[in-house]
Amino acid sequence: MYPEYMMESIKKVEATRAKRLAIARKQGKQVFPPMDEQERENILETFHPDYKKDALREMRLGVNKGEMIINEVVDIMESYPRNKASDFDLSKVDYETDVLVIGAGSAGLSAAIEADKKGVKTLLVTKLRLGDSNSMMAQGGIQAADQRDDSPTLHYLDVIGGGHFDNKKELVEALVMDGPKSIKWLEDLGVMFDKDDDGRMTVKPGGGTCRNRMHSTRDYTGAGICRVLRDEVYSNAQNVKYLEYTSATELILDDKGQVAGAILYHIELKEYFIVKAKTVIIATGGFGRLHIRGFETTNHYGATGDGLVLGYRAGANLMFMDSVQYHPTGAVFPEQIVGFLCTEKIRSIGAQPVNEAGELFVYPLEPRDVEASAFIRECEEGRGVTTPSGLKGIWLDSPLIEELSGEGTIETTLPAMLRQYERFDIDIRKYPMLVFPTLHYQNGGLEINKNAETTVPGLYVAGEASGGIHGRNRLMGNSQLDIIVFGRRAGIHAAEKVIAGIELGELSLKHVDDYAKEVEKLGVPKEKISPLILPDYIPDHVKAKQMTEEYLGTLVK
Amino acid sequence: MAVEQKMVTVYIMGEPQLVPEGSTIIMAWEYAGFQLKKGLGCREGFCGACATVYREKGDYKLKGGLACQTVVSEGMSLVQIPYVPAERPRYNLAELKPDINTFKELFPTIFRCVACNTCSKACPQDIKVMDYIQQLKRGDIAAAASTSFDCIRCGLCALRCPADIVQFNAATLAQRLYGKYLAKPSPELADRLQEIADGKYDAEIEELNNMGHDDLVKKYYSREMKIR
Repeated sequence: MYPEYMMESIKKVEATRAKRLAIARKQGKQVFPPMDEQERENILETFHPDYKKDALREMRLGVNKGEMIINEVVDIMESYPRNKASDFDLSKVDYETDVLVIGAGSAGLSAAIEADKKGVKTLLVTKLRLGDSNSMMAQGGIQAADQRDDSPTLHYLDVIGGGHFDNKKELVEALVMDGPKSIKWLEDLGVMFDKDDDGRMTVKPGGGTCRNRMHSTRDYTGAGICRVLRDEVYSNAQNVKYLEYTSATELILDDKGQVAGAILYHIELKEYFIVKAKTVIIATGGFGRLHIRGFETTNHYGATGDGLVLGYRAGANLMFMDSVQYHPTGAVFPEQIVGFLCTEKIRSIGAQPVNEAGELFVYPLEPRDVEASAFIRECEEGRGVTTPSGLKGIWLDSPLIEELSGEGTIETTLPAMLRQYERFDIDIRKYPMLVFPTLHYQNGGLEINKNAETTVPGLYVAGEASGGIHGRNRLMGNSQLDIIVFGRRAGIHAAEKVIAGIELGELSLKHVDDYAKEVEKLGVPKEKISPLILPDYIPDHVKAKQMTEEYLGTLVK
Repeated sequence: MAVEQKMVTVYIMGEPQLVPEGSTIIMAWEYAGFQLKKGLGCREGFCGACATVYREKGDYKLKGGLACQTVVSEGMSLVQIPYVPAERPRYNLAELKPDINTFKELFPTIFRCVACNTCSKACPQDIKVMDYIQQLKRGDIAAAASTSFDCIRCGLCALRCPADIVQFNAATLAQRLYGKYLAKPSPELADRLQEIADGKYDAEIEELNNMGHDDLVKKYYSREMKIR
């Protein structure tokens, strides 16, 4: 429960609730004027973490050499590989496959399902378990323009406006045109979308959408999808073999520069394996566990950006790797759930963000970067609430939801949120939630085309690891869509390429040794190694006594 | 003002460890010096990887929980359960019928349920597990899919079940059968798929693809907001 002094602020929130409720009843979701172009630019430049002077630095090696890139991403790129060519005899392979999928969130699972359907041999590897991913944790929804008052064209505009007009257009087109088809594909696999008794989809708006376009499965949307895809691989895949607790630490190329496989590493047994593959799909997700600028994150334990490192060393280029998504509403109280996601759906269904004095200060559904910046402004200018441990936040007035839509709404539409807070004795039906922006999503990634291909022959990327779709800011519900759209495209096109015929030359890790030489020239200390594989949260005083070199995650401390 | 951190002793797989009061079980493992590779996942209560069995001081009861969601207490003893060796049938959803016979064939163990309710008590999501097994026994797949919906597949129900039922896998099948066969199809979705197939939006999309930056900005900011 909230301490007494925080309850004082909650009383102010309660005092303004009736007035805010009246505005919501009169004006619908438009309870505050949305910002225009100039206002958006101003608030981003002043308050968004990406715009801070020290957020970026120049990349000193590889394809994107000379570009300004997020500091923590430069760190993992300017690090030594775990492996060198002389460690392996590449003529003795442990696994041989047509398609290798690295990562088993919804993008990797979708890719494997489609490759399997084409009848090609598929190896699916994941450093944790099938389905262990950010996909599984998504709460709010998946966008698709299937309503009568909506269209793929309007969806396109929302995507590209939210992304600041820099998005790669062929990817935006693929995303929005495949939207309705993706919902159908998921439903045919058994995903239970929220619907009324006549089969009509329950759709809500999201930040930056001009129509109600958010489909959901309660507030377990990611799980509602990912567990179905996982079950399809478990129960029905004919040509898919999978390996768990097995991370990819490097890609293998052939002497013609085509992708030709990967080095795998069992994270518990510490064994390395060689896999020869005609095509490789990187579906390793994002980088939240790099804790960009020290932010807490909503991300999965395994979100360490490994695929970026593998792809970059093999010669694929990064796109939009100068922007980070901070989700506006991360929990800041109680202490045990700091950084956890409070889904955007809470605002989609009527909750308003209010400051310490109970004042509504921003349109609740701006695109995420704008909304987050407004929250930071309130706190930096002294209108936030300080927690007992010194964190700052603003209120997300959840009790409004039931005032607007009736008693029981939260229990049926936000069961995960209700449960999360109940575990710490806070009833979000009665009290607001204290929130602050939290590190959520990697907007950029390895550049792909509409077939999910990179510039490296045979190398595909799908999901959060890819870059270009969302420009410099993704909207709610578009990552759940992109992992399906581009996961499937990657699986289909990789399989078709195999079927058309691929002749691999001699397997090589020369690019890895060459990369290591470049890192050495920069004078990087030897203990900086990537990919990280897992983060490391052991406290310093314990680590000082653990004289071992076995840790994964050598960059985190 | 620095407040001194209060510490509690917890027994991690039998060994006493001093950890900060208020830690979750995951925080306790890490504070003690473990870099977990199994028995840990999303850290936010959505993936079911961190099932824990624990006993609190002075209590005879063995409890189940999620390590990322359960706060330690003085004298608590605990162990992670990273994996449940549960049986899982293979099937092709497209060849199944959404009726009781499917469950008789694929999950015959559900009919061994003795209604002891141990599964529901073990569930860290407070799902009425026994209720959905009873619903499945009656062939009410829609009800079972809904009752079991918030399941995160941690496996604690199956571990405690005296009848060796694998509840969470039966739940998955019920949910998939409901989504595919029992939920009514959306008329809007079917129409939109047809429109896209007929090329209704191709010209509009092509126009946006060819539009310059400034015109695109203008079009975006002047689009009509019609949210319900």
